[in-house]
Amino acid sequence: MRTSTYNKLKISKLSLLLAVFAMIFLNIALLANEPAPHGNEEAKTENHNGQGAENTDHTTTAATGHDEFDGHGEEDKKFNPGEMILEHIGDAHDWHLFGDVAVPLPVILYSKEKGFSVFLSSAFEHGHKEVNGYKLLHNGKVATVDGSEFYDFSITKNVSILFASLFLMCVIFISVARSFAKNRGKAPKGIQAIFEPFIVFIRDDVSKASIGPKYEKYTPYLLMIFFFIWINNMMGLVPFPPPFGGNLTGNIAVTVTLAVLTFIITHVSANKNYWSHIFNPPGVPGFVLPILIPIEIMGVFIKPVVLTLRLFANITAGHIIGLAFISLIFIFGEMNAGAGYGVAVFSVAFKVFMLVLELLVAFLQAYVFTLLSAIYIGTAVEEHHHDEHDHAHAH
Amino acid sequence: MDLIKPELGLLFWMVVSFLIVFFLLKKFAWKPILDMLKERETSIESALQAAENAKFEMARLQANNEQLIQEAKAERDNILKAAREAKENMISEAKDKATQEADRLIKIARENINNEKMAAITDLKNQVALLSVEIAEKLIKAELANKESQKDLINKYLEEAKLN
Repeated sequence: MRTSTYNKLKISKLSLLLAVFAMIFLNIALLANEPAPHGNEEAKTENHNGQGAENTDHTTTAATGHDEFDGHGEEDKKFNPGEMILEHIGDAHDWHLFGDVAVPLPVILYSKEKGFSVFLSSAFEHGHKEVNGYKLLHNGKVATVDGSEFYDFSITKNVSILFASLFLMCVIFISVARSFAKNRGKAPKGIQAIFEPFIVFIRDDVSKASIGPKYEKYTPYLLMIFFFIWINNMMGLVPFPPPFGGNLTGNIAVTVTLAVLTFIITHVSANKNYWSHIFNPPGVPGFVLPILIPIEIMGVFIKPVVLTLRLFANITAGHIIGLAFISLIFIFGEMNAGAGYGVAVFSVAFKVFMLVLELLVAFLQAYVFTLLSAIYIGTAVEEHHHDEHDHAHAH
Repeated sequence: MDLIKPELGLLFWMVVSFLIVFFLLKKFAWKPILDMLKERETSIESALQAAENAKFEMARLQANNEQLIQEAKAERDNILKAAREAKENMISEAKDKATQEADRLIKIARENINNEKMAAITDLKNQVALLSVEIAEKLIKAELANKESQKDLINKYLEEAKLN
């Protein structure tokens, strides 16, 4: 009985995984078929490299920079969808609201010679001015004027989204906890009633189902990553007022942190059984071991990489597709105003469709990341079932 | 590509702030929420168990009550039966006593009547004897008033005496 339900669970998980992988491949294919951003980026980097080479002559730095930027500015009068999309999904040192209005964000830089430099990004005046030996490149990154090493700890757009979302999480879940304390032993009410089903779902269907009897220790972490990913995915879908409309869970630094946390938790709590399955898989003939052990070791490191890329690719791809539909309006609009309005109808329809799909993806990706984390932890803490083996032999 | 290259600044802030918020929420949200969920679930479970127990207890009590009622009914029947028997006994006993008393009274009455009758008869007999003697005296007186008839009678008796 138990094994059959377990198999059923396994099959349903497998089909879910397959569906998710199909989606990722689709997303990556879409990413690959987006030549504009890629080509443009290359061109830009080359451009900057060229600029850097020219700028060895310090006296002309400012003037050349101005010329370069102005030149770009004129080119940019033509709508460039690749650049627009990359700007939206990437990071920045200010928060672009509309037109020329942007909220400056703090820039925190550290270099061995100069120590910490802290100032608002507005001090750069959109790349027209150097501050304390740093300059703002056209791609939105900070660089030193003399090319020396430094570390950038700025509160960028994504960092501010991160802080805002974490603050939001604190507000939501501490009030949920308060609500729980107030309604102790009674039926859930208000904000508690909204989040309780999800908390119970993560606890019972993800944590308890995948980790087994030791699930209680890991449930807070799983709840944390589930709600962090979900809330940030949803915040990314709301387009306008900051801190919404960013692309935090589509940022590799964020997804890699989450995946590495899962990796660390998995391997800190791993028991003898887990390691013996890697280095001495039971019931495997000796001559296969030289092939199998490297594969198992690779598997250990592939898991966090897959976790990282899946979330990153899904969310970034969703943003790119949405923005691409909007870009279509302007591309056609440049050719002919009528064509622009005509395409707008379809673009908006598709954008709405994508947005609804992304609502699902937002939940699904949070769920999948949490579920896979739980499964990885589950394999690490699973006990070897001596009894079952003995029974099997006895029968 | 910039997209797949993690930036140091974001990485740093992510690790620091995520971990801080994680431990904060673990202490102030996740642990209490999970504990209270568990507490509520166990309380609901125990309440359901208690309800189930109460149901069983009720059924048991009801069965008990039924049994008690049955016993009470049987007891009542027994008492009624005994009472009926006692009543019948009393009635028959009373009847017997009454009959006996009546018989006795009748017997006494009959004896009295007999005695009275005998006395009356004796008395009557005496009277009759007296009367007979008187009547015979009177008859003899009347018969033997003349000499002829006395002579005849004496003759007759003499004749009869001769024959013997």
